[in-house]
Amino acid sequence: MYREPRLLIAGDRAVVIEFGNAVSPEINERVRKLLLRIEKFPIRGVEEAVPTYRSLLIHYNPMLVPLEALRDAVETAVRESMEMPLPKARRVILPTKYGGDRGPDLEYVARYNKLAIEDVIRIHSGTDYLVYMIGFTPGFPYLGELPRSIACPRLSTPRVKVPAGSVGIAGTLTGVYSVDSPGGWRLIGQTPLKLFDEKLDPPSLLRSGDYARFVPTSEEDFKRVESEVRAGKYELEISYLD
Amino acid sequence: MTTIQDLGRFGYRRYGVPVCGGMDSFALRIANALADNSEESACLEMTLHGPTLRALGPCYVALTGADMQPVLNDQRIEMWSAYPMKNGDVLSLQDARRGCRSYMAVSGGFNVPRVLGSRSTYIRGNFGGYEGRVLRRGDILRGEQMSVRSKVRYLGREDIPDYLESPKVKVLIGPQDDFFTEKGIETLLSSEYEVTPESDRMGYRLKGPPIEHSGEPEIISDGVAVGAIQVPGSGMPIVAMRDAQTTGGYPKIANITYVDLEKMAQLRPGDKVKFEQVELEEAHLLLHQYMQQLENLRKKIKERDVAPEFPDEETLLRLQGAIT
Repeated sequence: MYREPRLLIAGDRAVVIEFGNAVSPEINERVRKLLLRIEKFPIRGVEEAVPTYRSLLIHYNPMLVPLEALRDAVETAVRESMEMPLPKARRVILPTKYGGDRGPDLEYVARYNKLAIEDVIRIHSGTDYLVYMIGFTPGFPYLGELPRSIACPRLSTPRVKVPAGSVGIAGTLTGVYSVDSPGGWRLIGQTPLKLFDEKLDPPSLLRSGDYARFVPTSEEDFKRVESEVRAGKYELEISYLD
Repeated sequence: MTTIQDLGRFGYRRYGVPVCGGMDSFALRIANALADNSEESACLEMTLHGPTLRALGPCYVALTGADMQPVLNDQRIEMWSAYPMKNGDVLSLQDARRGCRSYMAVSGGFNVPRVLGSRSTYIRGNFGGYEGRVLRRGDILRGEQMSVRSKVRYLGREDIPDYLESPKVKVLIGPQDDFFTEKGIETLLSSEYEVTPESDRMGYRLKGPPIEHSGEPEIISDGVAVGAIQVPGSGMPIVAMRDAQTTGGYPKIANITYVDLEKMAQLRPGDKVKFEQVELEEAHLLLHQYMQQLENLRKKIKERDVAPEFPDEETLLRLQGAIT
């Protein structure tokens, strides 16, 4: 973490407030605190803000706020956000069918790490993962930190189409493909939940600062949940962490 | 390729939803002004080649952007103008003569549902616009509270932008200029880059002298603003356009200014571009001037609302100031 966050110019309508140069929950927390502060005490001219691992991208309208005024307001917000308590984090359960057609790389991940398939499932589903940020495609959560014992490099050639809901591993990250898209992460399973639905507001199931927990399910349960989701009858399992 | 676009989808980038919207918002805004719409009304964005459209009722349409040589029934008409159409009239657009994108507004705006606050099509996400997709033969578009004017409206010739095939585009260096050598930044600012065929609403992939990184060509993923010039390991720049993903892991050497990104949006494969550095104060000044100019043009368009009904081409050209 930097002693003082850096303000970087990202064109004539955005600035980056960068808190550090590492993937860490502490740095990410500072990003989320600043976002929360800006939401609670809006800064004139700020249109929207995008939290990522270690920085907040602030989009502003220079017709409404000159850079100097924005810089002052952001500096104040950064300072005061340090003391801001974050609300209790949501912990969202993602029922997941591991292996088979739904997780074609599960065997490879086990072999790569010299583990049994059951061990990979046990380890992957044995941790709460922090949602660092949403990006890549609408609703795609970047989750960490993946236990090193099941880490695995990306595919050298990405797949042309990865089905929505696929759970993947890339290095020490794990994530869930939110929409059908090309992708190079190792696929170990699939959740029947919709990570992105443009008919909802917010459209993303997960948000920066949530935790996600994968829970292994049978193929039968996968199908049941899938049809409940489709019918709009599925009730998310959410708890709140201190 | 034709899609429905408005000014864009704001407030959802934190959920990974790209901003979308018209690539050339100047042309889109003027189309709306000519059609007497509010500036956020939805228009057709037509890329490189325009469609043929038949009016199923009276309407009033405005055309701006790249010259697609429009013909209304049998009469050649001008871009940057608005015309009444009656039931059965056929408007056909051809290849863009210069530039890449044209816009068509209909008085009242196209009536497609708003998705997350916007009518813009997000092609890769399959939502927004007309059923979340590119328009196809046989689609029927509906207007919203269509009003029909009988006069032709137009933008003065002196106010029509020139779409150059090798423009200079202003950039602000950063936010990751420290990921490049001095030579790398110099390369960006002194070379000419060509737009490759792998360019679309998501990104413009450029080809030219490779830009040198000072270390790894990778950052911890962070937010990407529209107009960002990302440089992957190949050293070939990729400009983030309206449908670009909201986060990314390539270092960003610079961002194109808001005003000049529209020049970029009118480039087509094979066109060339040069980048020149500006400081933020100057970019903001230019942005203020641009917004002021838009305001003035809107006023001018309204004041000029005195053209005779349906002038022939010569009369219109005279009105526009092209011939005297």
